[in-house]
Amino acid sequence: MSYSAEKLSEEKVFKDPVHRYVHVRDRVIWDLIGTKEFQRLRRIRQLGTTFLTFHGAEHSRFNHSLGVYEIVRRIIDDVFAGRPEWNADDRLLTLCAALLHDLGHGPFSHSFEKVFELDHEDFTRAIILGKTNVNHVLSRVGRDFPQKVADIIAKTSEKKLIVSMISSQIDADRMDYLQRDAYYTGVSYGQFDMERILRVMRPREDQVVIKKSGMHAVEDYIMSRYQMYWQVYFHPVSRSAEVLLSKILHRAKQLFKENYRFKHEPHHFTSFFYEQVTLADYLKLDESVILYYFQIWQEEDDPILSDLCSRFVNRNLFKYVEFDPAKEYKKLTQLTALFMKAGIDPEYYLVVDSSSDLPYDFYRPGEEEERLPINLLMQNGELRELSRESEIVEAISGKRRTDHKLYYPADFLADESSIGERELKKQIRSLLE
Amino acid sequence: MLNDHAKLMQAIRVSGEIVGRKKLQKMIYIAKKISFPFQERFQFHFYGPYSEELTLRVEELCNMGFLHEVKEKKGGYFQYRYTLTDSGLEFLSDNEVDMPHLEEFFSDMNDQNARFLELVSTILYFDNLPKEEVATKVFTLKSSQRYTEAEIDEAYQYIETLKGKVQ
Repeated sequence: MSYSAEKLSEEKVFKDPVHRYVHVRDRVIWDLIGTKEFQRLRRIRQLGTTFLTFHGAEHSRFNHSLGVYEIVRRIIDDVFAGRPEWNADDRLLTLCAALLHDLGHGPFSHSFEKVFELDHEDFTRAIILGKTNVNHVLSRVGRDFPQKVADIIAKTSEKKLIVSMISSQIDADRMDYLQRDAYYTGVSYGQFDMERILRVMRPREDQVVIKKSGMHAVEDYIMSRYQMYWQVYFHPVSRSAEVLLSKILHRAKQLFKENYRFKHEPHHFTSFFYEQVTLADYLKLDESVILYYFQIWQEEDDPILSDLCSRFVNRNLFKYVEFDPAKEYKKLTQLTALFMKAGIDPEYYLVVDSSSDLPYDFYRPGEEEERLPINLLMQNGELRELSRESEIVEAISGKRRTDHKLYYPADFLADESSIGERELKKQIRSLLE
Repeated sequence: MLNDHAKLMQAIRVSGEIVGRKKLQKMIYIAKKISFPFQERFQFHFYGPYSEELTLRVEELCNMGFLHEVKEKKGGYFQYRYTLTDSGLEFLSDNEVDMPHLEEFFSDMNDQNARFLELVSTILYFDNLPKEEVATKVFTLKSSQRYTEAEIDEAYQYIETLKGKVQ
């Protein structure tokens, strides 16, 4: 029997709080899960700094990746199997792509990638195609199999149906993370009837479509997506932690550039500072390593790095006020000058954070071919874009809600050690009120 | 302050008016890929490189009143036109963005149509591949656009022209 068709003698199951069980029968999938690159995902949280707001949000990309695999497995084995539009030969390719879709994520990846100008998708590709255990497993299936998996994940494969199962506006990735993030944060917004959605999914040549009869389940999915964005993903306190994290990394990078002598040599960061990151360097870095550095950087002589790390470790986050850039950008210029006068570096302590800085997206009906929309399969066989049929979806997908906040260290502004400071900080506080 | 927003506004200012969201997406992607410091992250979607961050940033600029968006019906779909408002211009004058060669770069791209810019951006997305493989990608991933080999050659030449503008 070929390796690609090999089944385990007994099905393996992972207990999972979202899907109850994750079922593994294919040898290739089992071997991939056992690779060190996949196991590394256990050490990377799915929601980065959100655990500082929702203390339950400690779940990892490992859990999520297994969840996405399980959803895709159910779609293929329970819904698509036997349908003429579905090519059964693509089963293993689809499962591997689902399992490995987040493989290149690094620690606190959103901020980390911004600061060091990296892209986890490049690393996903590098792990799948490079000299790694994952590549070794995939290559046993076929010489060009790693490339095929990488192309699906990068969305550059001609197999668009498979791409859309893993990455589209209604895909296994989102269906897993919405439910998983809701479960672990403890909020009640991310609920929707996934079983119903899976049952009404139909394969088409270039995308998964949804039978019209399942529209209300999809409406629920879109609503939970919308609510999760505003209640969890765009939560102002999590954004404050993310601002802090990003400023710590910026500060460390800046100090390195200025030849600052760190008390503890930041070995794990050196190649990132030099912008010469190898895959091996990247794989060594996980959230435990980053948090270790934050812990020891509290003792650095640089007051900014030490203070920012201490804030992060002890959850002494920046406060925020709503900020309207259109009306208040001149006030920000004023605040910047006052911060400098007060000896508080505005580069690190006065930060505007916008919703466009966040990694989550809204449902878009795909006007002007921006993104492939969710299409409903009507009884007469025609396709109709979801928001043209659903008033609920139309109402929220047409609505532009954007958001900006201004973050600052309130405790610094409360400290009025001298009379001169008292007046200055009073002035700053009045501008921030 | 709001540097990334300001860069985007500057690109629209030097273009005068940009017609079409797709065109705007492709122009920013091409500019970023060739040399300009736009920070928006792009991924490959069904229609080529696309940035959700850019889409959201444009929405933010419209909400702020810095960008004027006109939605017009064109055939079976809506098309959007973008220009800077007076307050957008005022914001830019207070928050200068220094991006040399931006005007000639964007003026040239603005004279091209969205279909051609889609091809150029797709070629740039696969710039790590040899030309023959890029052509195969274009023919398979963008089969509905029916690009020809001559158009692909033209797109490669155009990329060189654009690179020449920033050297």
